[in-house]
Amino acid sequence: MKNIKIEVKDLSLYYGEKKALKEISLEIPRNKVTALIGPSGCGKSTFLRCINRMNDLIPDVKITGQMLVEGIDIYDKNVDVVNIRKKIGMVFQKSNPFPKSIYENIAYGPKINGIKDKNELDEIVETSLRQAAIWDEVKDRLGDSAMGLSGGQQQRLCIARTLAVSPDIILMDEPASALDPISTSKIEELVHELKEQYTIIIVTHNMQQAARTSDYTAFFYLGELIEIGKTNAIFTKPEQKQTEDYITGRFG
Amino acid sequence: METTINETENQFFSNKKKGIDIKGKFVVGITQVAVLLIIAILFIILGIIVYEGREKFSWEFISSFPTDGMTKGGIFPALIGTFILVVVMSIAAVPFGTITAIYLTEYAKENSKIAAAVRFSIRTLAVVPSIIFGLFGLGFFIQFMGTGMDKAFNGGELHWGQPNILWASLTMSLLTLPVIIVSVEEALKTIPRELREASLALGATKWQTIKNVVFPGSVSGIMTGTILAVSRGAGEVAPILFTGAAYYLATLPKSLSDQFMNLGYHIYIMSTQSSDVEKTMPIQFATTLVLLILTLSLNLVAVIIRSRIRRRAK
Amino acid sequence: MNSQFPINQNFTKESLKKQFRLSEFLAEKIISSVAFLSITIIVLIFVFVFKESLPIFNFGKSDAAKTEITTDSKPESYGSTPTEELKPETYGAEPAAKGELKPETYGSEPVTQEDLKPETYGDVKAEPTVESTSNETPEAVSENKEGADKTWSTFFTTEWVPVSEHPRFGLIALLVGTLKVTIIAMLIAGPLAILAALYTSCFASKRTKEIIKPIIEMLAAFPSVVIGFFALMVLATFFQDIFGYDSRLNAFIGGVAMALAAIPIIYTISEDALSAVPKTYTEASLALGASKWQTAFFVTLPAATPGIFAALLLGIGRVFGETMIALMATGNAALLSANPFESVRTFAATIGAEMAETVFGETHYSVLFFIGSLLFIFSFALNAVAEFYVKGKLIKKFQGK
Repeated sequence: MKNIKIEVKDLSLYYGEKKALKEISLEIPRNKVTALIGPSGCGKSTFLRCINRMNDLIPDVKITGQMLVEGIDIYDKNVDVVNIRKKIGMVFQKSNPFPKSIYENIAYGPKINGIKDKNELDEIVETSLRQAAIWDEVKDRLGDSAMGLSGGQQQRLCIARTLAVSPDIILMDEPASALDPISTSKIEELVHELKEQYTIIIVTHNMQQAARTSDYTAFFYLGELIEIGKTNAIFTKPEQKQTEDYITGRFG
Repeated sequence: METTINETENQFFSNKKKGIDIKGKFVVGITQVAVLLIIAILFIILGIIVYEGREKFSWEFISSFPTDGMTKGGIFPALIGTFILVVVMSIAAVPFGTITAIYLTEYAKENSKIAAAVRFSIRTLAVVPSIIFGLFGLGFFIQFMGTGMDKAFNGGELHWGQPNILWASLTMSLLTLPVIIVSVEEALKTIPRELREASLALGATKWQTIKNVVFPGSVSGIMTGTILAVSRGAGEVAPILFTGAAYYLATLPKSLSDQFMNLGYHIYIMSTQSSDVEKTMPIQFATTLVLLILTLSLNLVAVIIRSRIRRRAK
Repeated sequence: MNSQFPINQNFTKESLKKQFRLSEFLAEKIISSVAFLSITIIVLIFVFVFKESLPIFNFGKSDAAKTEITTDSKPESYGSTPTEELKPETYGAEPAAKGELKPETYGSEPVTQEDLKPETYGDVKAEPTVESTSNETPEAVSENKEGADKTWSTFFTTEWVPVSEHPRFGLIALLVGTLKVTIIAMLIAGPLAILAALYTSCFASKRTKEIIKPIIEMLAAFPSVVIGFFALMVLATFFQDIFGYDSRLNAFIGGVAMALAAIPIIYTISEDALSAVPKTYTEASLALGASKWQTAFFVTLPAATPGIFAALLLGIGRVFGETMIALMATGNAALLSANPFESVRTFAATIGAEMAETVFGETHYSVLFFIGSLLFIFSFALNAVAEFYVKGKLIKKFQGK
């Protein structure tokens, strides 16, 4: 299939003895938004962090199975984890700008990739901020500390920062969970615009958000993938009983 | 048992029902006395030293050389010697301490045996008696390194193989290494994991993350550590007894291979080996006052910075 | 899209291939090796302090069994050496082989040594450093004429007379002196510091705690030379006026002064241990109707015992190796008595007072380094016990069971 960006085969993850993800197999389509839903502790965030190998940072984590991105197993011994993360960006649940200026936050990624030319950096910063729909709000104070921005602005700054490295895939781990409704809708709009260019995977515990923003939805429960399909299919006629229970609010 | 928690509490505070809890009052009183006693002693020491030292304590005392066989004059060379000692010591200890702390927080795996050994070594360094560092300085720096350097570069002529300010400073830097490591480590731990993850998720390597995100956050810790180390190094005498401190020098040290005078050593010599201990008493107290002001104020600054770091952590 | 960004092309095996990053590799290697330096330092301290004391371990080619035979009482059993006088030479050959000592100097008689060291060592005279500088050359006269076995045989006597025709290195007197001071200091510092810690963590309000703690910890910032000076100038006279004993500087004064140095250590660690006792413990006790002080003494204190034990161990370590206070406040006379108001001489003070005057390589020098090795091993062991034993106990107490 040509439009498959990520193919996961029998992926299991262990925290020491505990098996946190159980033989996950799924396909994620290109240039679409895929939402991962499920009750907290179901492994959806853990799975998301597998996609750019953030779990490598946690000691005692063991992963089996395959994670094929464009047909390349990113857990292959010959694959460079740093290069993986350059192509698979991540936006975290809690906005985490560096305690530096707005400009420096965006320029951080390009700089570590060796871009030194000032004009080029300026251009990247502007493009990224425009893409993240925050340019107009911050263009006059690029030198100010990013810590002075509001929570929603900080989160969009973090998205811009991720875009500045021009990834293929953007992972979002409950990006709006700590935000007010207005900021949340801005983020959701942004996600909608970004999917033209990027493959986006978003973890959310907010089902309305999943329904509004995503094209595909995967439901996780107790470390297992219960069901994946087109979002409106999942939300209107789920195949599994557990999915239905969750969506209708009977648990979680 | 029918009493509720509230009643028990009341019983403790008012004791109207079952009579006054004399035993309780007594026991708590004893602990209170212990605290007050310690604090009182501390202020008595401070008070007496300030009182006895105030007479001689002046700008002139600080800025002039001792005269008349150290029975008159000031402590300028001792102050300068102490200053050079702590500067050279910091130059040696701060980079090593910082890097070790970075290793412990960033590179060491949680269950790594090596990291545990490093930690154990640091704590051992912190409890080894300071006189042992003096012996080590003599055996390693002077007899081994110094004599070795003389053999290699000076054709055996004695130059480095004797006590001097460099060996004393290096000896002192070993003693203060744990102070710096602990401070920097504490500061590094307050840097949120999210920031490290943000950097790594952007495709930064580990070293780039440390250089650009972790290290800038540890500057305050490095400052605290350095100040505490300087405070400690300025006051310690045992490690420099036979690695470089001199009883009296007519001139300031000109190079690292010279001996030096030191405030703490000066106090020790003046109070135990002076020709006329009674007569020089005011000088001794004033010298002690200078040393105490130096160490306590440095400590106070470090405590303030540290509490700011801790607040940031919350 | 984003064609102006040169970083990213497509996912290809080539672009994702494992890369070797030199700076990354170097950074990790350098940082790790610097960190290992602290282990190296500990090893080096032991090696070098011990190495300088090695000459006293050279019993001759024979091993320990033979050494016992070759004491003064049975010179004839040492077959190859006909007379007592020759014996030192036999032993001298050993140190020489180690490259530490110069064999040709072995012929020199005690007179030479006396000439070199005209001063008495009981109390230190001025300009020690100048003298020591000239002496501590590699060419300095190395004396081991008494032989290692003789040195050892004097270790277990009570006389510490390091500089004489027949030097005696009686460690017993020093050991007793050190123990005396340590016990006195711990008897004062232990209860005071633990009670203060108990008040701070169990009875004091949060605001009081925030004031008390930094003040008491400020005591740790007092340099030991300042405490020693205070004891020498103020405490000594003060207590002499009260008790009216003869020697102004004695074990008691030294102990009191060292208690001041040990209090902040014991206090800080005990307070941490007491504060680390889980709230559930104390709440359970209070819920059962125990009062606040009962809870503090019968629940919190026992639960924190391992930590307090560690605090006491580290306090002992501090007092045991404390040099400046001992030098200034204990009187420095190696007397053997149980009276706390007699002068004593501690291990650390002995090193501090005499090292600068010894000659590199001679027995006295080696013996001082040997004492240093003992101190190091002792503090190392204390720390190891405090660390492993106590930690294990704490973990068991709060988690395991």
